[in-house]
Amino acid sequence: MSEAARAAVPRTNRLGLALADYKGAKTTLCAGCGHNAISERILDAFFEMGVPPERVAKLSGIGCSSKSPAYFMGRSHAFNAVHGRMPSVATGAVLANRRLLALGVSGDGDTASIGLGQFSHLMRRNLPMIYVVEDNGVYGLTKGQFSATADAGSTLKTGVVNELPAIDTCALAIQLGASFVGRSFSGDKRQLSAMLKAAVAHRGTAMLDVVSPCVTFNDHEGSTKSYGYMKDHDEPLHEISFVPSFEEIDVEYAAGTSVDVRMHDGSHLRLRKLEEDYDPRDKVRALSRIAESHGRGEVLTGVLWVDPDAPTFLDLLQLPEEPLATLPAERLRPPREALAAVLEEFR
Amino acid sequence: MGVNDFSIQVATVNGSGSQSANAVLLRALFQMGIPVSGKNLFPSNIAGLPTWYTIRASAEGFVARKKEVDLLVAMNAESAREDVAGLRPGAVVVYDEPLGLGALRDDVSALGVPFDALVRAVTGDARLSKLLRNMAYVGVVAQLLGIDLAEVERAIEKQFAGKKKAVELNVAAARAGHAHAAGRRFAAGALRVERMDANRGKIVIDGNTAAALGAIFGGVAVVAWYPITPSSSLTEALIHYARKLRLGPDGKATFAVVQAEDELAAAGMVVGAGWAGARAMTATSGPGVSLMSEFAGLAYFAEIPAVIWDVQRVGPSTGMPTRTAQGDLLSTAYLSHGDTRHLLLIPGSVEECFTMAGEALDLAERFQTPVFVLSDLDLGMNVWTSDPFPYPERPPDRGKVLSREQLEKLGSFARYADVDGDGIGWRTLPGTDHPAAAYFTRGTGHDEQARYSERPDDWERNLRRIARKIDGARAAMPQPEAAGSGARVGILSAGTSRWAVEESRVQLRREKGLETDHLRVRAFPFADAVREFVAAHDRVYVVDQNRDGQLGQLLRLELPVELLPRLRPVAHVTGLPLDARSLTDEIAGREDPS
Repeated sequence: MSEAARAAVPRTNRLGLALADYKGAKTTLCAGCGHNAISERILDAFFEMGVPPERVAKLSGIGCSSKSPAYFMGRSHAFNAVHGRMPSVATGAVLANRRLLALGVSGDGDTASIGLGQFSHLMRRNLPMIYVVEDNGVYGLTKGQFSATADAGSTLKTGVVNELPAIDTCALAIQLGASFVGRSFSGDKRQLSAMLKAAVAHRGTAMLDVVSPCVTFNDHEGSTKSYGYMKDHDEPLHEISFVPSFEEIDVEYAAGTSVDVRMHDGSHLRLRKLEEDYDPRDKVRALSRIAESHGRGEVLTGVLWVDPDAPTFLDLLQLPEEPLATLPAERLRPPREALAAVLEEFR
Repeated sequence: MGVNDFSIQVATVNGSGSQSANAVLLRALFQMGIPVSGKNLFPSNIAGLPTWYTIRASAEGFVARKKEVDLLVAMNAESAREDVAGLRPGAVVVYDEPLGLGALRDDVSALGVPFDALVRAVTGDARLSKLLRNMAYVGVVAQLLGIDLAEVERAIEKQFAGKKKAVELNVAAARAGHAHAAGRRFAAGALRVERMDANRGKIVIDGNTAAALGAIFGGVAVVAWYPITPSSSLTEALIHYARKLRLGPDGKATFAVVQAEDELAAAGMVVGAGWAGARAMTATSGPGVSLMSEFAGLAYFAEIPAVIWDVQRVGPSTGMPTRTAQGDLLSTAYLSHGDTRHLLLIPGSVEECFTMAGEALDLAERFQTPVFVLSDLDLGMNVWTSDPFPYPERPPDRGKVLSREQLEKLGSFARYADVDGDGIGWRTLPGTDHPAAAYFTRGTGHDEQARYSERPDDWERNLRRIARKIDGARAAMPQPEAAGSGARVGILSAGTSRWAVEESRVQLRREKGLETDHLRVRAFPFADAVREFVAAHDRVYVVDQNRDGQLGQLLRLELPVELLPRLRPVAHVTGLPLDARSLTDEIAGREDPS
């Protein structure tokens, strides 16, 4: 093959699929919206991890963020559900078919206000799924009201000041039982990609809060979710690299300079320390460090907490390996004698 | 009233442990071959408030609540005086002696029994004696009515199966009561039992357990729920029996049950599971249905199978949580905003709780839509005598699901295209390993390919197709059950109202010479036979257990306008199961106002 011919062949992943096989419909979100960058990172991560798109179920609630699953991975089934209720729909879908790789995309309104109850209980169950909050601190589709993740003191374009404290979805998720919790920024391509790939490899709930500026309603002076604010206040805990189980580790760090987390599937999450003593397997430290960051006005990013081997909801329910959805009738309907025997109890 | 024809009411304090005693009394009658039914009238309370249990024996097989009490067992100081005051003249009272009810009325016969003294001879344990007092009244009643003591003892052995000490103590208490009553030579008037043979092969079971078994044999795979009276025992029975019946040899469960954080989440889980291809259901009551309204609309519009059991109680709002009604007909038929119309199944017996549990799962998958099963507290939580349930012979109907192989042949598909002319599109399940399998499920406007659309023609075509689909379900749903023919007066009912109607028809014939026909509706949208029934009768009394006559209102919305003047609402809601006497008096009065 000539060099020119080789260059014309698109790069393929371990399944032999091209990046184009992971594309979706054209976005209808605003130009420059952070959500579009996240969509790109998601499809990149699934492409690079070699996940068959047909195995993925994309789930979302209502809002700008929740529209975005239409804009990536068109070969995956998707369910744009009702406002704040995606967690329950995802739970049902995963119970029906545990082989699905469920990806939930939500927003700060969808998660932290109307959906806070379902979000909390999803985290408790440690259901195998990835849950991404595209967090811009504002309701976009209804034209610019504050959400519950907006920081106290931040202002709307109209000058209205948010007087209420912000809900930190990461702190909540850690406290409630999610087993992989991270925060990132739509503008940090490298960090977000590595975290998404690790999330794909994770076996329980991976909750990622991704600050994703709204260019139309919340990207001004006085906002703490703007590109400008993130540029000045993003505080990464570590430099993240992810080595999937099907690749060799080729970079060694000097002892003590990094944390290596072996994921359940054999892949490695490698965190080169930027902060001396941070270990994402220390839950108490994670929560206190998040609290400190609020005091300092920083946006702490990186893998905040991970417990790679925590039992999942599927383990608790003792489900078989085969999906419940496609079990044959003879496994779903007990035999005739079983009915006769049960009814005997009522004679 | 007389031989094998009476009602017993036991008045106790909630939480005093009378349930076992009442079950034993009912079972002893059942074992003697006498048609018998029991109804628990209990408060929304754990302990302390008055509770009543009524047992009806009826040689003719009537099982509706009987309005008049023939024998009262008064054990509760709080309600005793009112209970006695409400008795018909000639009734019999057995009372706890310290209550001193003997002189309250001179037109009833009353027997004071020193229950504390009777059980003191059986046990010295104060806690046990409180419970055993109940079994002592069983012994007294057995003696007064002529219930064979050996049958009482057999029933005790079944009730406390495997608990030797409990059996011994309870048998002793029943014997003590029996012996005491025998010594008193008290005459219970005409109330008496004689052996019959009406119960050969029958079972005694509550509707919620029947529904749970029906779902298990119907192949339910995902169940999500939030506890609410009177539906909780449905899911609890399902968990209990699924653990026995649906574990593989490897110990793995072929079902998942999730106690959700609320009814919204329960509905969402059912919708998610139905979308992904599992047979899924939830069980709730009116307040839960209100919370599920949003998901019901989504599932209707996005066309996702879901089964929702509504074990109805008295509303609106918290209402009377432990009392029965049929007040959710209208709210479920059109649940959610915009244009919706749902499939409803309305079981009228425990056997139908069993069969409809499976049918609902079939219908939901076949028509890709929510199916509501409207039971009620009376059916769900009370025990009923029934023939054993038939094993489901038909294989599960999983509906139109395209496999990978079918898709390979077709090349592509459009999720919401009406390719078969029945309004039902073909769907693919998430995870189907084919590049053309995916589609985008949404609650927003969409075209045949499931793409977002706000085009007027897309919207209208889609909604009209769904309407056709729902209308087409009528023929596939359980047809109404007719009784009688050729009368000028008809009675329409649904669900448990049938029991009172069946008895009332006999009363109307015997007492007034009035012949009636009866049609029991079992599904919505209504079958053609419902229209035909109304058209064939001059006047049709529509029986409802709610204030506004909701079955009648549904008929008004769905029947041709020229038939509407024939409808006569007969609507009652008191929280008590409907009785025949109230119906008979009302219908007779309206038929012959003189």
